[in-house]
Amino acid sequence: MSEPLLLIDGLKAGYGSVEVLRGVHLSVDKGEKVVILGPSGSGKSTLLKCIPYLVRPWSGEIRVDGELVNSDPSTLRRIRSSIGFVFQQYNLFPHMTSIRNVALSLELNRRLPRQESEKIAYSVMSMLGIGELAGKYPLELSGGQQQRVAIARALAIDPKLLLLDEPTSALDPELRYEVVETLYQVAKQGRSMLIVTHEVDFAEAAADRVVFIDEGVIVEEGDAREVLERPRKERTERFLKRLRSKVGNAAT
Amino acid sequence: MDLNRFLFEILPYLAEGIPVTLQLTVLSFALGLALGSLLAAARVFGSAPLSVVARSYIEFFRGTPLLVQIFFIYFGLPALGVKLDAFTASIVAIGLNSASYQAELLRSAIKSIPEEQYLAAESLGMSTLQTYRHIIFPQAIRVATPALVNEFVALVKYTSLASIIGVAELFRKTEYMVSYTFMPEIYLVAAAIYLAICLPTSQFAKTLESKYAIPGFKRALI
Repeated sequence: MSEPLLLIDGLKAGYGSVEVLRGVHLSVDKGEKVVILGPSGSGKSTLLKCIPYLVRPWSGEIRVDGELVNSDPSTLRRIRSSIGFVFQQYNLFPHMTSIRNVALSLELNRRLPRQESEKIAYSVMSMLGIGELAGKYPLELSGGQQQRVAIARALAIDPKLLLLDEPTSALDPELRYEVVETLYQVAKQGRSMLIVTHEVDFAEAAADRVVFIDEGVIVEEGDAREVLERPRKERTERFLKRLRSKVGNAAT
Repeated sequence: MDLNRFLFEILPYLAEGIPVTLQLTVLSFALGLALGSLLAAARVFGSAPLSVVARSYIEFFRGTPLLVQIFFIYFGLPALGVKLDAFTASIVAIGLNSASYQAELLRSAIKSIPEEQYLAAESLGMSTLQTYRHIIFPQAIRVATPALVNEFVALVKYTSLASIIGVAELFRKTEYMVSYTFMPEIYLVAAAIYLAICLPTSQFAKTLESKYAIPGFKRALI
C-alpha cells in the first residue's frame, strides 16, 4: 500500500490551557476528498489549521507526503507552499487586485517572473469562471466572488492538498451556491481535498469519505454516503438531523 | 497699514523666514520618521528589553515639554561637550520629539492589520520578511498616512518655538518686524502665512490618501 498523502497521528492542540483536539488520527490518500463534519467548537477548524502549522500542535505527528511537519522555518515554507488553504473569511489581501492575490505566491515561492505568474494566475481564475474579476480589488467583490478568488489563490501553486475551512459559512445562502459550484469543479479535477463544511449535499455528492468530529476526537468516519445515510454513532445521527433541519430552514 | 510698506518692506522680510520654517519642518519630520520607524520596529519586533528602551524613550519625549527639550539640547548639551548651532539644535530637538509621536502612530498602524492577514500570508508559505514587505507594511502605511500628515502640519507650527533660541524662521522674523514697526497686527500676517502652508499640505494629503486608498475599503467600513 502506498503512503497516504496526509497522515495525522495523535494530534493534540488547543488555545491557552484549553485542549481543543484530544488525540486525532486521520489520513488522506492521494486524490481523496474528505469532508470533516462536526458541531461548532468541536475542533474541526483547529484540526485543519494544525496541518500547515497555522496553529501549533501541542503534540502528535503530521506528515505531508511522508515529510514530517515541524517548526523549522524552511521546512514549514516548503510544506506550506505545497498545500492550499482556504479560509472561512477569505482573507484576501485588500491592497492587491485579485490577480495579484492569486499570482503572489508563484512569484515569491516559485520565483517566477511577474508576467509568467500572472499568466498562470489568470488561467486558474478563468478555469474557475472568474477571469473577469482579475483587475478588481477584493473589497469591490461580493463575498462569494472573494471566496472564489481565495480558492484560485490556493490553487495557483498547484497544491498536493487543498484544505478548506468552512468555505461557505460566512456567505449568504444565495452566494453560497456559486462557491459550492466552484468546489464541485475543483473536486472533479481529482485534487486531494480536506474540507470542513456543513454542506451535506456537497459531502454526499463529492466526498469519498466523511469524518465526524466532536469534542476534539473523531467519533466516526467512513464512506461518505454510508456515514451520512446510516451513521453508526448516535452523536453523528443527532448532529446530522440538526444540520439537515437547519439547512432546510435556510433554504426555504 | 500702508500698502506699499506692507508689500515691499514687511512682507518680503517675513517671507525670508518661510524657507527656514520649511527646512526646519522637513528636516525634523524626516529625522522623526527615521527614528520613529526604528522605535516602532523595536516595539513591534524587538526583544523585551529593547521594547522597554523604546517605550521609555517615547514616554519621556511625549511627557516633557518640547520647549524644555529645545532648551536642554541648545543650552544643556554644551555642558556635556556637544555644541550645536541654533538651527541644528532645533532640528534635533523637534525631530527627537516628533519621533516619539511618529513611532506610536506607526506602531498602531502595524497593529491595526488583522491577524488573518498574517495567517493568509503564512498559509502561502511566505517568510516573515516577505509577509511584512508585501502584505503588512503596504497596508499599514496607508493606515498611517493621514496621521503622519497631521504630524507634519503640527511640526510646521511647532518650528515657531525655534525662534526662542534665535533661529531666523518665520516667527522670529515676525517678532523683529513687530518690535521694529510697533505694529502688532503683523502677527496676523504671520498667522496667515502659517495657514497658507498648512492648508495646502492637508489638501495634498487628502489627494494622496484617495489616490492610494484601497479600492472598496470605504464601502466595506459602512
